[in-house]
Amino acid sequence: MRTRDPFSDSEAVRGLAREIAREAEELEARLTIMEVCGSHTHAIARAGLRSLLPEKIRLISGPGCPVCVTPVDWLDHAIALVERGDVILSSFGDLMRVPSSRRTLEEIRSEGAPVEILYSPRDALKLARSRPEKKIVFLAVGFETTAPTIAAALVEAEAEGLENFLILPGNKTMPEPMRLIAGDPEIAVDAFLLPGHVSVITGSDAFEFLARDYGLPGIVAGFAPTDVLRAVLEIIAQGKHGEAKIVNAYGRVVTREGNQAARKILDEVFVASPARWRGLGEIPASGLDLRPELAHRNAALLPVELPEPIEPPGCRCGEVLKGMIDPPECPLFGAPCIPERPVGACMVSSEGSCAAWYRHERWRNMESGR
Amino acid sequence: MKIPERILLAHGAGGRLSHELIEGVFLPAFSNPELESLDDAAILPELPPGRLAMTTDGHVVDPPTYPGGDLGSLSVNGTVNDLVMVGADPLYLSWALILEEGLEGEKLRQHVESARRAAEEAGVTIVAGDTKTVPRGRGDGIYAVSAGIGVVPEGRRVSDRRIEAGDAILLTGTAADHGATIMALRHGLEGPGLHSDCAPLNHLIGELWKGGIDIHAMHDPTRGGIATTCNEAASRSSLRFLLSAQAIPIAPGVYAVCEILGLDELYLASEGRALIFLPGNQSEAALEILHAHPQGRDAASIGVVLPAEAGHAPVELETLSGSLRPLDMLSGMDLPRIC
Amino acid sequence: MCLAIPMRLEERDEFSGRVSLDGVSRQISLMLFPEAEVGQWLLVHAGYAISAIDEQQAEETLALLSEYAGEMMEL
Ligand code: SF4
Repeated sequence: MRTRDPFSDSEAVRGLAREIAREAEELEARLTIMEVCGSHTHAIARAGLRSLLPEKIRLISGPGCPVCVTPVDWLDHAIALVERGDVILSSFGDLMRVPSSRRTLEEIRSEGAPVEILYSPRDALKLARSRPEKKIVFLAVGFETTAPTIAAALVEAEAEGLENFLILPGNKTMPEPMRLIAGDPEIAVDAFLLPGHVSVITGSDAFEFLARDYGLPGIVAGFAPTDVLRAVLEIIAQGKHGEAKIVNAYGRVVTREGNQAARKILDEVFVASPARWRGLGEIPASGLDLRPELAHRNAALLPVELPEPIEPPGCRCGEVLKGMIDPPECPLFGAPCIPERPVGACMVSSEGSCAAWYRHERWRNMESGR
Repeated sequence: MKIPERILLAHGAGGRLSHELIEGVFLPAFSNPELESLDDAAILPELPPGRLAMTTDGHVVDPPTYPGGDLGSLSVNGTVNDLVMVGADPLYLSWALILEEGLEGEKLRQHVESARRAAEEAGVTIVAGDTKTVPRGRGDGIYAVSAGIGVVPEGRRVSDRRIEAGDAILLTGTAADHGATIMALRHGLEGPGLHSDCAPLNHLIGELWKGGIDIHAMHDPTRGGIATTCNEAASRSSLRFLLSAQAIPIAPGVYAVCEILGLDELYLASEGRALIFLPGNQSEAALEILHAHPQGRDAASIGVVLPAEAGHAPVELETLSGSLRPLDMLSGMDLPRIC
Repeated sequence: MCLAIPMRLEERDEFSGRVSLDGVSRQISLMLFPEAEVGQWLLVHAGYAISAIDEQQAEETLALLSEYAGEMMEL
């Protein structure tokens, strides 16, 4: 009934799956592939791709779901800001259900706190123009793809003299946590499925270090089912020949150098800073903080009272994010931790590994349908 | 009698202003002897034979006016459709409004007018009503609460318990138009193809009854969309539903909205569509009847009912790539997923 | 993360433009991809164009895919 993009073509998907099955037979050991990007996690689950892959291929999710890696106290900070009374929070929908130490943004919104769900940071500028008496604070999360859009909104606000637009800095960058994972002897990752839309900005060269420093293959992949399967096929081919190369399999939008205009704006607005990742701890130079010249746009500098952060006890998001355990191995998975009442952040977004497992995989290992 | 420029708290207090509102806005729209008596309750004429069905519904929608409908038509059609879904012919409605102080009188008049038109189209009578006001800042402009009664004629038995393996699952039109239209409006998207499917279903479903179709069960996939509605029905019937992504009719604009905002069309509301469970061998005949009606042009058979099976979710979707994807209930509100 | 969708640029001024997909359109910013041309398919993320679709690359990929699909048909 629908005309749908040809990259999801079912004949091609089946052809690729068959080719993968054939090629994987010749593999000596099981191949563990980490998709670092939450959109890959989502796309793999949504297209049911795990069910098409042979036993020898194991897909695990990495730390690339922005809300999953946002630390508890950062959310506490966001909530404290709105409690000042002169702030309207604006956010992507993704963040609304992430647990803080006490409540979620969705909960404080239902109690009457001003929290606006926006599609674009630019919409926050519009909001700032229409509510000059309030400070409009945009909750800046997301990786290299999203950070330039927030930077661009800040540049626009500066040019226009729009005083009441601020951000709570929380953007992060991908390569550093990947370096951590690649270098961790406890984490057995054989290859990376590299984040397609992050690479649009950074360029595929930004991931060369994986092959060079750690001897690991990495494939820049798009998000259609055939994109993911082609990447898996390439990884198997490299595995068979003992190669480790960075390959751009998403050439229709990704170049080696990335988007120069976006990287320039990013540099104008942000500086690399240490950042805390939920589950991974503090990682040097993995966050984007506002440049000192833009301190007047930094909502983190507004005085607020912060509660003592409380991490959800028993949550094993950290190990899930590093691919050390599959979500069902967490004792809280499914009870009490479910998407409606997430204990940890990995159960929130449909990109979170725990939520993706809960929605899409839990039936496969069950005795009966109910 | 004139329409007030803006709603004041006193318009809901029962005094003279309340009366003016009733006489200036409500009575002209819904003139009928039951309402005009202005008694504390409406006394209805004798009902046709059959079992009595009754339903009630609260309505909030942001924004309250959108392409293809508004709160007025939504609240009337929603109640009509709830009755239709249990096999009833809808007859009488009550309609109450909660207005925020400061609402423009003209906006109110528009909602009342579209409620009137919706009632007329469905052939139901609004026999009772009420208006209350809340102080400015305590409401979202306008809320509606409606209740309705209808009669289920002899011989119709519509219940999830009647769903059985071998049943076909029909959808009477494209999916998710209402939900996608609202989300598009909230996030700055526009397109000529985007409008709510909000409509009364009694005439369309009436054709199926006339045609002798043995409808086992019926649901309107409102909040939570097709996926959530199917999950509810599957858990009540203890069977397995297999839907086909290929077969589910989706308007191209709706599909685009979902792609852009990161939403799933199977979880977005329709307000004028029905999911119908009927014996597989009646599927062709039912589709023929539906296609002949202007509201059912895009009707399609979108899935089948199977016995429950280990290792499978109660509701599964065969994706466009040919794999099987479990469809869960919607958890919380469906929010745009961007970053 | 990073939901980005191909949409076609219908019109533009200096910093912004209107893109559309299946008749659904939106205003977006071109600040991150100033070289965008009307008629081009852009990759749009959170209200900003971040790249254009390289038609030639897309076609090469599709040709490859049709080989896999074709092989499937033969089996
Ligand atoms: S199942 Fe819940 S508690 Fe366990 S790791 Fe995942 S999010 Fe944390």
